[in-house]
Amino acid sequence: MKALILLSSLGVIALLAEIFSFKKLVYPLVIIGLITTLIFNAFDWGTDITYFNMMRYDDFAVAFSTVLIGVSILWFVMADGFFKEESNMTDYFSLVIFSLAGAVIMVSYSNMAMLFLGIEILSIPMYVLAGSKKDDVLSNEAGFKYLIMGAFATGFLLFGIALIYGATASFDIVEIAQVVSTGAASTIFYVGLLLMLVGLSFKVSAVPFHFWAPDVYQGAPTPVTAYMATIVKTAAFAAFLRLFYTCFQGSAGTWTSIVVVMAGLTLLVGNITAVLQTSTKRMLAYSSIAHAGYMLLGLVALNGYSQSSILMYTLAYSVGSITSFGVLGYVAKARGGDSIDSFNGLAKTNPFLAFVMTVALLSLAGIPPTAGFFAKYYIFTAAFQAGHAWLVLVAILASLIGVYYYFKIIIAMYFKHNNNESAIELSFNHKLLFVITVLLTIALGLMPDFVIGLL
Amino acid sequence: MITLLLIFFPLVAALMLLLVKGEQVKKIALGAAIVEFAISMFAVFQFQKNADTQFELNYAWIKSMGINFHVGMDGISLLLVILTTFLVPIIILTSFNKQYKNPSAFYSLILAMQFALIGVFVSLDGFLFYIFWELALIPIYFICLLWGGDDRARITFKFFVYTLAGSLLMLAGLIYLYQFTPNHTFDIKALYAAGQSLDVVHQGYVFWAMFMAFAIKMPVFPFHTWQPDTYTTAPTQGTMLLSGIMLKMGTYGVIRWLLPIAPLGVEHYAHLAITLAVIGILYASTIAIVQKDFKRLIAYSSIAHVGLIAAGILAGNVQGVQGSMIQMLSHGVNVVGLFFIVDLIQTRTNTRDLHSLGGIRNVNPQFAVLFLIVLLGSVALPLTNGFIGEFLLLNGVYQYSAWMAAFAGISVILGAVYMLRSYQSIMLGETNALTSSFAPLTGNEKAVLVIICAAIIAFGVFPKPLLDIVEPSVIKLVDGFNLAIGK
Repeated sequence: MKALILLSSLGVIALLAEIFSFKKLVYPLVIIGLITTLIFNAFDWGTDITYFNMMRYDDFAVAFSTVLIGVSILWFVMADGFFKEESNMTDYFSLVIFSLAGAVIMVSYSNMAMLFLGIEILSIPMYVLAGSKKDDVLSNEAGFKYLIMGAFATGFLLFGIALIYGATASFDIVEIAQVVSTGAASTIFYVGLLLMLVGLSFKVSAVPFHFWAPDVYQGAPTPVTAYMATIVKTAAFAAFLRLFYTCFQGSAGTWTSIVVVMAGLTLLVGNITAVLQTSTKRMLAYSSIAHAGYMLLGLVALNGYSQSSILMYTLAYSVGSITSFGVLGYVAKARGGDSIDSFNGLAKTNPFLAFVMTVALLSLAGIPPTAGFFAKYYIFTAAFQAGHAWLVLVAILASLIGVYYYFKIIIAMYFKHNNNESAIELSFNHKLLFVITVLLTIALGLMPDFVIGLL
Repeated sequence: MITLLLIFFPLVAALMLLLVKGEQVKKIALGAAIVEFAISMFAVFQFQKNADTQFELNYAWIKSMGINFHVGMDGISLLLVILTTFLVPIIILTSFNKQYKNPSAFYSLILAMQFALIGVFVSLDGFLFYIFWELALIPIYFICLLWGGDDRARITFKFFVYTLAGSLLMLAGLIYLYQFTPNHTFDIKALYAAGQSLDVVHQGYVFWAMFMAFAIKMPVFPFHTWQPDTYTTAPTQGTMLLSGIMLKMGTYGVIRWLLPIAPLGVEHYAHLAITLAVIGILYASTIAIVQKDFKRLIAYSSIAHVGLIAAGILAGNVQGVQGSMIQMLSHGVNVVGLFFIVDLIQTRTNTRDLHSLGGIRNVNPQFAVLFLIVLLGSVALPLTNGFIGEFLLLNGVYQYSAWMAAFAGISVILGAVYMLRSYQSIMLGETNALTSSFAPLTGNEKAVLVIICAAIIAFGVFPKPLLDIVEPSVIKLVDGFNLAIGK
């Protein structure tokens, strides 16, 4: 709860900056505020307090909030350019922080109403931010598409909540779980469950509800895309897991087979389509869809590994994504485009940047000793233990395809030549950020116990 | 402690090398590799010649998953560690007359590779083994990608995807076994027990999952298609690492992991696998005979040799496994010598085409003698290192099936055909415009060839010290295997 209060006040402070004109201070204030939030959030560890039957700060909530806030700090460092360029930057700051508050609600709700509120608080700022490049057609398209699709998904979700309320007479996930476990659930309940599944699948961009993602990811400004790929995805998965793990586990028989099929499709469609992309940003968008497929493995496992495996995966994936989007931002700016060819010869002009990108891509591809490998391995184990051997084989095949497109960039950086010999200038902040993310990627790969031991 | 030192010294050296600029990086790299060799020799003298795992260390690593940093060496591991530490300095020395761009990265990657290889050979934890197994792939991928020949991006990528596909299947196999371990751990003993507790059908699944990884790495027919291209395109030192040491990861994997984990699976599918290996022997030997490119010829000969090693191991008897251990060592030394000779010829004449060479013996008789010794080792002449291994291997395969041994035996004849034929067209005959100016060997080059020739002869004449190291472990392993399959 401390995290939520602090974040909300931080958002308000950022808004006030415009009125009381301390705009220059906002950026350091936000960073300091987020670090404070991170620390205070840690004090909630092990307390497990339920607030007004609406929010429950158990270890799950604290662990995921920590990931969300920690990644958002990295994101703010990465995205500093995004705020400098814009005249109405304070609005952006507050939008991002409010959406982060929404994300924290999504990982700590214990009531369907809060789930809905969390999703909306997270999404509405994102609709605005996706369309924030006002004179760019693609950005407008992204904002609009995201809004329409998001509203559509919300409709499904809300309808599902309503039906489940009708069937169980409760919004509280624990009470619903009790009804489910007594076996008293009716047909209406299952319809509601399916509608909620559809709504959440939209949010995590699982196939076949993924169509919005590539266009939105490509059109939105790169930092916003990074935000959607990391924070939004983490929050959506945590919410998904919290709902289905606690609330609907009793009726697992009805929905796991659906999610298994969805996971397989997401893995294959995401990875195979990513191979065909020439734009790096669009490729990362499809790869983000593919990663949703891996995370669904943790969801269908529904065993003791589920929570920790998804925590580990979202963390590893977020760190890798922040790095790769950060490098992509630099390259796209300096080389005038985000096609894979613009990475040509990067190892020669910027060995550091190329190395950082390589580590991030190896992690996303799941090659040891990076965090991505352990996360994948761990989630495979989770699914295997639950008896989904075939799904694991599909996932292994998919990660092999994944290697193909991630290595396209590595090959471009180290092997191909580029006439543009000038090195790209890196700011100190970003150098620091990249050093930290590389160290994190390797440390998480070698000592994952710190993360998986939490839940 | 000594195991830790063996594993991490090359890594530390590799990281330090990145800080060094200029030409002395070669010498520092060589120095580091020699120090590593000295450490391994120290281990050899400390080693008690019995079947126990020695120098064992076991630290908790990822507790919640039952993963330990468990390393140690028995005779089988030690022999391959010796091979690695012996070959890496030689491989570095072969590059002394070369000017690679960005040398600190090049030598750093070689030492990083050594780190991973040693790790593979000493790991006693399934997860740790897998990590090192994959780690070995990254340095060699970059060595081939950055310093290789034409069309390297496509070829090295094919190599990477092939081996990764195998590795991922092995990972699936390990995760599968992990479920059946008593306390959910990756410890080698627990994995053995888990594997042996399965029935033959499920051991069959495990067998194929793991065998694919090893078969691709070696490579065994029909998983070999990445190999000739990769060996040909890689820089000489990369080819040496691939063929001299990395290939042994596959054969070692079969001995250390596959035989004890899935004995029933091995017994059930050995016939098929040995047939594949023997087909590979004949197929690769035949293709080698018609090769014009000398480097490619040796690449194919390597498939033939490793096919015999694989067949010997899968036969599952003492002679076969013992022979494979010796042949791994011999093949490693010989193939590095041969690829070095290819490199010598290529840098001097700018060609590897057998038909455009000839008569080098007239210009450089010294080179002719050294080449001949390496070649005789490779065709397994008695009193060279190749003979003992090949003899034991054929003996082992014969005990399994006389027909298989007969077919595999043809490879010895075919091997003599293509090796002697290539010697003939390179060294004998009339000297031509390309070869007439064949420069004499420099001191470094002579040193490499003399060391290799000395190793070939010494090991051929007096193999006992190395046999003593490995024999008890092999007997223990084969006994365990026979017990498990109820023989």
